[in-house]
Amino acid sequence: MQKFRNHKLLSFLLIMAMLLSVFAIAGCQQQEEPAPQQQAGDKAPTPEDPQLTLATTTSTQDSGLLDVILPDFEAKTGYQVEVIAVGSGAAMSMGESGDADVLLVHSRAAEDEFIAAGHGVDRHDVMYNDFLIIGPAADPAGIKGGNDAVAAITQISESEAIFLSRGDESGTHKKELSIWRAAGIEPSGDWYNSVGKGMGDTYRMADEMQGYTLIDRATYLANKGNYSLEPMVEGDELLFNPYGVIAVSPEKYPNINYEGATAFIQWIISDETQALIAEFGKDQYGQSLFIPDAK
Amino acid sequence: MDVIGQGVKEGILLILSLDPELIQVTLLSLQVSLSALLVSGLLGIPAGTFLALKDFAGRKLILNIIYTLMGLPPVLAGLIVFLVLSNRGPLGEWQLLFTPSAMVIAQVLLGFPLVAGLSARAVMSQRQEAYDTAVMLGATRTIAILSIIREARMGIIAALTTALGRLIAEVGAVMMVGGNIQGKTRVLTTSIVLETRMGHDSRALGIGIILLILAFIIMLLILKLEKRSFKDDSTIQII
Repeated sequence: MQKFRNHKLLSFLLIMAMLLSVFAIAGCQQQEEPAPQQQAGDKAPTPEDPQLTLATTTSTQDSGLLDVILPDFEAKTGYQVEVIAVGSGAAMSMGESGDADVLLVHSRAAEDEFIAAGHGVDRHDVMYNDFLIIGPAADPAGIKGGNDAVAAITQISESEAIFLSRGDESGTHKKELSIWRAAGIEPSGDWYNSVGKGMGDTYRMADEMQGYTLIDRATYLANKGNYSLEPMVEGDELLFNPYGVIAVSPEKYPNINYEGATAFIQWIISDETQALIAEFGKDQYGQSLFIPDAK
Repeated sequence: MDVIGQGVKEGILLILSLDPELIQVTLLSLQVSLSALLVSGLLGIPAGTFLALKDFAGRKLILNIIYTLMGLPPVLAGLIVFLVLSNRGPLGEWQLLFTPSAMVIAQVLLGFPLVAGLSARAVMSQRQEAYDTAVMLGATRTIAILSIIREARMGIIAALTTALGRLIAEVGAVMMVGGNIQGKTRVLTTSIVLETRMGHDSRALGIGIILLILAFIIMLLILKLEKRSFKDDSTIQII
């Protein structure tokens, strides 16, 4: 009898735990809901196809920018945005195969190729941020305080200090490779760790391994409270990181939600949204994470 | 369709190319999952057998916990091991995070409950009959227990194959505690995730095919082992 009651108690506890987690998740979702808009007067129009798929880089998602600005778009236009956060490379290949309607990416050379190949149209500059090299406070490569990215990574490779590379063909990874190229170094060896992960995960790993890595400022500022790595090198022009928005070609994929993509592009380059982007992060970090530069 | 056809083609080409990096990734996959299976088996079979045969207070509760852990999500196992091995964790000074050893530990956490739980089931379903028969034939207690395990070997082998299937296909735990470092902790499943993330769908499919072939070969070997252990009965035809 005693055993039987134990069973009941256990099942009851399990069910309660499950219920609680469901409530917790529901609670989080409610918090993320946009504050009621004052201008909701005209009510959001209902578009014909309200599903819009946005393929973007992990940095816009991991920094929290999209959580802040997307509700405004959804409230104004009535579109529901499905965000798929991957590396810029994967985002563009999703655009190439017609699995996304609109792209928000940062890999300028690849973006131009994408347009030239006829996969996308209507590219606009949206904003930029910059990269910085971060590393352990002990600074085994002795690069702290510099503003020359090429000199810094040359020292890292010469001292064979632990370095983590995104290694996933993302915009950040391509940026890193371009710096190695500029330094004329082919990075390889036990110190060079190609981890094939998103920025947030790579940051976490770099912190655990006490290694150097290249990181976008947005992800760095949003997470630095959790980790011990410090900024080493910043302010080099080479570390500049422009974001562009691209609609997937409606000619190539007639089923694509081009109308929604156009609405998204018009919205993100509008003065109001650009102001939202400029504000993002100021309250929390005292500086903008992204500098709007749409023309 | 195009992508799938391309993937199958690329998979075959990949195997034929004997790409050294891919060979290294494949060997590491095997090394990690087979080590984890070995540890899970060495701990899980005795534990399962003991739980099936010995009645003691709390036995039901332990069994229920083990049955629940059979469904432990790999990412959760990974997270637990990550937190324990992290520099800030209790075993941080062991410096095991992002090494194959950490991957084995996380996989044992997944494999052990499966082997223990399924072995316990298998032994339980055999115990009365086998014990009675053995005792009737004049066996001592130890011999009787051994004969129960012998009778339950089908179920125990099934437990091992199930565990291996789970371990070799698992990505959440090895991704988290291994870190997917190229040349150090990258395995087949994390490669598939990475290739997909990079938009190399057909290469990802190709690596998937290698994984499937590997699983197939291992299963064949285990089934062969199973057949051999039934050699004596092979002449018996019931139907």
